Amino acid sequence: MMRLLTALLMALSVAMLAPQSASAQSALPPAPYANRQLDDPALEAKASALMHTIRCLTCQSQSIADSDASMASDMRSEIRERIAAGEDPEAIRAWLIERYGDWISYKPTNDPILWPLWAAPVLLISGGGWLAYSRMRRRKGAKA
Amino acid sequence: MIAEAGLAALWLAAMLAGLQLVLAWTAVAQGNKEALRLVRPVAVAQGVLTGGAMVALIALFLRSDMSVYLVAANSHSMKPFIYKFAGAWGNHEGSMLLWIAVMSASGAAVALFERGLDRRTHIATLGAQAAISIGFYAFLLLASNPFKRLNPAAADGQGLNPLLQDPGLAFHPPTLYLGYVGLSVAFSFAVGALLTREVNARFARAIRPWVLGAWILLTFGIAAGSYWAYYELGWGGWWFWDPVENASLMPWLAATALLHSVSVLAARDALRAWTIMLAVVAFAMSMVGTFLVRSGILTSVHAFAVDPTRGSFILALLGIYIGGALALFALRVHTVNEGAPFDPLSREAMLVVNNLLLCVILGLVLIGTLYPLLTEMLGTSVSVGPPYFNAVIGPVTLIMMCFLVIGPSLRWRRDDPKAALRRTAPAVIAAVVTFGAVLLLADRPVGWLPLLGLTAAAAVAVASVAPLWKRNLLRTPLFTYGMVLAHLGVAVSVAGMASESAFSSERLAAAAPGDSFEISGYSVKLEKVMPIAGPNWTAMEASLVISRDGRVIATAKPQARFFSDPPTPTNESVQITRWNGQLYLVLGEALENGRWQLRIWWKPFVTLIWGGAAMIALGGVLALIGRVRRERPKPDRAPALDGAQALA
Amino acid sequence: MKMKRSLILWVPLGAYVIFLAIASLGLNRDQQTVIQSRMIGKAVPPLEMPAASSSKPTLSTRDLANGKPRLLNIFASWCVPCIAEAPVLMQLAQQGVPIDGVAIRDARADVDQFLTRHGNPYERIGLDARSTLQFYMGSSGVPETFVVDGKGIIRYQHIGVIGPQDVDTILQKLREAGA
Repeated sequence: MMRLLTALLMALSVAMLAPQSASAQSALPPAPYANRQLDDPALEAKASALMHTIRCLTCQSQSIADSDASMASDMRSEIRERIAAGEDPEAIRAWLIERYGDWISYKPTNDPILWPLWAAPVLLISGGGWLAYSRMRRRKGAKA
Repeated sequence: MIAEAGLAALWLAAMLAGLQLVLAWTAVAQGNKEALRLVRPVAVAQGVLTGGAMVALIALFLRSDMSVYLVAANSHSMKPFIYKFAGAWGNHEGSMLLWIAVMSASGAAVALFERGLDRRTHIATLGAQAAISIGFYAFLLLASNPFKRLNPAAADGQGLNPLLQDPGLAFHPPTLYLGYVGLSVAFSFAVGALLTREVNARFARAIRPWVLGAWILLTFGIAAGSYWAYYELGWGGWWFWDPVENASLMPWLAATALLHSVSVLAARDALRAWTIMLAVVAFAMSMVGTFLVRSGILTSVHAFAVDPTRGSFILALLGIYIGGALALFALRVHTVNEGAPFDPLSREAMLVVNNLLLCVILGLVLIGTLYPLLTEMLGTSVSVGPPYFNAVIGPVTLIMMCFLVIGPSLRWRRDDPKAALRRTAPAVIAAVVTFGAVLLLADRPVGWLPLLGLTAAAAVAVASVAPLWKRNLLRTPLFTYGMVLAHLGVAVSVAGMASESAFSSERLAAAAPGDSFEISGYSVKLEKVMPIAGPNWTAMEASLVISRDGRVIATAKPQARFFSDPPTPTNESVQITRWNGQLYLVLGEALENGRWQLRIWWKPFVTLIWGGAAMIALGGVLALIGRVRRERPKPDRAPALDGAQALA
Repeated sequence: MKMKRSLILWVPLGAYVIFLAIASLGLNRDQQTVIQSRMIGKAVPPLEMPAASSSKPTLSTRDLANGKPRLLNIFASWCVPCIAEAPVLMQLAQQGVPIDGVAIRDARADVDQFLTRHGNPYERIGLDARSTLQFYMGSSGVPETFVVDGKGIIRYQHIGVIGPQDVDTILQKLREAGA
């Protein structure tokens, strides 16, 4: 029994040496720049920064930089090629948002629906600050 | 047999919880002496029974009893022992049983060991604890029975998610649950004290060890979770502001604020209303966290198997308990009168600011986490992630660190501005020096947030040891060392975060055996890639030789692993830890012409993140031991107010 | 002084009520988050693709603007739900609906095999090896089907498998597009 098991395990490992043709994902190899960095480090840094803020379409909640999904890989390659061709990261982001909506960008846009998000820290801090200030004043007044 | 016994124990415990509540009510509201005496034994019995139920479930998993639905769905006979053990709580029902087991065990502990409270408040606390438990018993027994049978029994189980087959699994959930449930004890104390109108310094001293204990465990649990995700998921990320991560962070923020508020209440009999409200908020955040994780209303990488009906149950419980507590607070808030006054430049004032800032961060995390849900109801889909959270919470944290520089060295009640300024001078100098040093020595442009983070970390590090200045170190109380260590840990952790975010390097390579790659002065050479098998997996393992300056320093063997039950590919990355950072190595896919994808990172000082968190937790432990020893009640007299010590 | 005291109560109370409201509403909505394409009402982007199958001509997106409203079905041979969709597409094709296909990340041999096994409703099939068309059209997975009018404007997106219950809607959208 053990020998059979070992044989099966070895066969499985050998099978893994062959290119993946798994059930529910593409048979093709990844796109050229999916896992290959751009030669220019400054451009690669720009691409990397952008990729970390674009959401993977087929994952639960990850950026395309952190995902092995084929669509995420294709998108990484697309982004790297566009940056190498000289496109501005924000233009690429806008292009993606034009097609998929705000959902695809982790970096919030200027859409009015997101203004409360930006208002929140301001409101909370000023609220807290006012609370603290008036409390101090009261304290001082009470003491005097 | 074991399953039925476990279920019976649970039902019995649930009934005892009901009894405990009735007895406590009779005792506190009507002064019934008989009832008063019975409450504590009942609480202990309840704890023992649920403990027994948990042991029963673990036993079922260890024996791979496939006639129990939960075991068949989540375990497998070929799983290694420790993962069968930990698999008992690696699922919804099992983790809920763990929750209730810890809750009733804490209740038993409060019944047995709490001596600092007056009798009535003690019983009221146990009554509140019973009231909370009943809801969870109902949830468990009616909607999430862990002992459900499977008929006919399965031949073997469906295995456990291989991502969870990891030592981290053994530690992360139980410590977190101990933390969440510990906060339920704080909540019960607060409710008990509100009921008996005993919100004062004595109450604060009684509740403090429980808050400390829960907080220490939460700190450790969150840090462990972060480190687990870091090395398990294979992307080198340690925090993603994912809803489930936020769900654990929010109780911690509230608990930190509560901890500091309790200190003020114990020392100066001030901030009474704050302390009670924070205790309610902290437990509320525990429940919000549980709700978010199990209901499925937010998409997350970490979410359990989700079920909206379970979510509704938890939401109902949350509504009842927190609503009840808020109503009680509203009714009794006028009896929680003002404590002793204090000046704007005083330790109390700094702690008020600290609490406010922590609550601001808490509010921001809550809003950011729920916002996508809100917009979806208005028709649009948005994503709120690290760009938002880092952008808003980073600056608030920096502000908080500025106050952390000043705060601990101020005196209670009132301090002199000039003296305070003198005391903070060393920290300011450290900040300026660090600022300059980073700008001069950095090998790349540094973002303003990491730069200020490192600056603030230096200032806080120097300021955190200031309370030890000019003191007889042998006569300094242990809890002072705890405070120093914890604050120093904050500085260390922030320094690690800033350093990792500003100075990491990444290298992606298509490597053939024999190829070498450079990263940050290290040379990584792929020797070979070989198949390898484990107990329930097979893998391709790469042999990487790491050298620096021509000398070999390590060999790394990252794997691309494939589990058999259920079939899942995972990544077993390898980290080479040096004094100044980690090399993070991942083996990716096989590419054409015999090449393999390699991902290599150099992360400078990344281990400081969790090292700092460990220091924070350890500081808490020192403080806990110090307080428990100091305040072991002597039957003759009540302990003196800490206000007598200037810099406690 | 009363104000400050009440603030400590009212802020958490307010947050509690708002949270309960959002959470209850959140529980009652449909759990699946589908990402709708934003390209509805815009033109199909100009794209040339190699042929995906040996039996049908290739698809260039210019072909989608030849005057007749049509369906553009995005599928793949490795996509398991696409098998469920195939009979419905055959039925639509037999009813005279023009259907063009795009195979995502596929190889010609696999596409041929898929079509032989599950039927071929397509007039033309293009091969999208790197999800490029998907990105251009705001598609987020397979299978998806777009209704494109005679001028090449995208009029409707159906995400997921087209089941028998969806046929009426699809035909309706085609009519609205000018069929």
